Amino acid sequence: MLHVAKLARIGLTDEDVVKFQGQLSQILEHFDVLNQIDTDGVEPTTHTLPLQGIARPDEPAPSLSQEAAVANAPARQDGYLRVRAVLEE
Amino acid sequence: MPDPQFLTISQARTLLDRREISAVDLTRAVLDEVERVDGRVRAYTTVTADLALEQARLADERIARGDAGPLTGIPACIKDVICTDGVRTTCSSRMLEEFVPPYDAHVVERLKACGIVMIGKSNMDEFAMGSSTENSAFFATHNPWDLGRVPGGSSGGSAAATAAGECLFALGSDTGGSIRQPAALCGVVGVKPTYGRVSRYGLVAFASSLDQIGPFTRSVRDAALVLDALIGHDDRDSTSVALEAPNLTAALDGSGPDLRGLRAGVPREYLPDNLDPLVRANFLEAIEVIRGLGAEVTFDVSLPSTDAALAVYYVLAPSEASANLARYDGVKYGFGYQQGGSMWENMERTRQLGFGDEVKRRIMIGTYALSAGYYDAFYLKAQKVRTLIRREFDAAFTNCDVLLTPVAPTPAFRLGEKTNDPVAMYFSDVFTIPVNIAGLPGASVPSGFIEVGGKPLPVGLQVIAPTFAEAQMLRVANAYEQATNWHERHPLL
Repeated sequence: MLHVAKLARIGLTDEDVVKFQGQLSQILEHFDVLNQIDTDGVEPTTHTLPLQGIARPDEPAPSLSQEAAVANAPARQDGYLRVRAVLEE
Repeated sequence: MPDPQFLTISQARTLLDRREISAVDLTRAVLDEVERVDGRVRAYTTVTADLALEQARLADERIARGDAGPLTGIPACIKDVICTDGVRTTCSSRMLEEFVPPYDAHVVERLKACGIVMIGKSNMDEFAMGSSTENSAFFATHNPWDLGRVPGGSSGGSAAATAAGECLFALGSDTGGSIRQPAALCGVVGVKPTYGRVSRYGLVAFASSLDQIGPFTRSVRDAALVLDALIGHDDRDSTSVALEAPNLTAALDGSGPDLRGLRAGVPREYLPDNLDPLVRANFLEAIEVIRGLGAEVTFDVSLPSTDAALAVYYVLAPSEASANLARYDGVKYGFGYQQGGSMWENMERTRQLGFGDEVKRRIMIGTYALSAGYYDAFYLKAQKVRTLIRREFDAAFTNCDVLLTPVAPTPAFRLGEKTNDPVAMYFSDVFTIPVNIAGLPGASVPSGFIEVGGKPLPVGLQVIAPTFAEAQMLRVANAYEQATNWHERHPLL
């Protein structure tokens, strides 16, 4: 479960781990019903519409201004989003 | 005529057009009701009173010019999962507590063009994950029919506001029942259109293959009016269908009051042996009304994969959610923890502090289901069962025009009753989830009351139709409503 939390980038306290472990096991047990269903030769449904490859022409058009786009950023500088160093030495 | 805040849209339209009431006065009546009751109901996260009155003034000008549409001047509530330009949109999460969208969702653009009045944004389960609105990071919403009970979820605020006269209609979103279930628990009409009918542009995404926006109203005709304003293709949502506008209101007005010629089916899996006897009795009474209107009702319908639908949903929805909620990283918008030593630490703490427990649970389930080694067993398997579920509905619809089922297995439960048992909470949606999985339209229409603890609690009838058959679905709901008038009762607050 710690591995999953790492993949999901969610920090967990030790209490969280205990709390969630039990609940998640309980939920995962319910998935067992899926294994009892025969799906040989059945195509997966990714979504329910007969739509494929919807795209628009590759033409630039007006969009959000830079100012609007970063207006809600927790840390901003000169119109940029600020983060801690991405690459660790 | 009811008090202004309890008018249906259709009734309000008549009075507004005849200048018997102004949009400003109607809005004031609704705002007064919000002030009178919302301290107890807690439907709203944000009330936009000044904006509403300004919109009402503009609506009155439009009405005076003879330029009004069906929704001009009508006060509405928007679920806080839908982006409103310049107005805080929180998804009832600490993560977005201070987020102010720089754009309007497609549905908000449409409603603004119609000249509606926005009373405010409504409380919900955080990021639309829940069935009781108790997962809101801010506060729970209370059912107007019994304040000690839940309004349902995740669109509990919108349902409660509509029931309590705190708006004339509301928008919600429905991924596994989040419009239909609270509609039933609050005694109002709730409709989830066919997947693809209403653009999801500006709807904060939970599960992209399941989410749909829809209305809460106090009559079926009102739902048709709102849907007519919302339905239509939008280039900005690649899953939005390009079909001719259905004109649901005209279809409804043109249909007779009876249901002769209609073939309705009740899938046996929706009347399990352990169904609450009072819910069963109420449902069977509703079936008798439908029969009395001339419809042919058969109980000889089976959707064998129904029992697997909950598991399918709780694999697919969290999986899609884990991808959709990855964007909340504390960098671009929303809450951002800054005191960590590294970018990753900031991100992990942001998500630890910004998300509530249910959201974390679902992200973790989804991450697990999609992870290497488990993808085939869970996600891919669930998608295959999804195909079977849809096929079974399609087969049922070769003999039936609509399917009829209860909406929720119980009326509104007590606040706190299910919060310690996530799986028990998930079962609240057992009758609504399959409809999202199959992408079909579903409507909840009030079907009466069950007395619990000396108080009448609403219950609902679900009408399910084939894809894009909203006109048929609403015709059945409307005929039932006109024959019963449950919608004329309002909670006493």
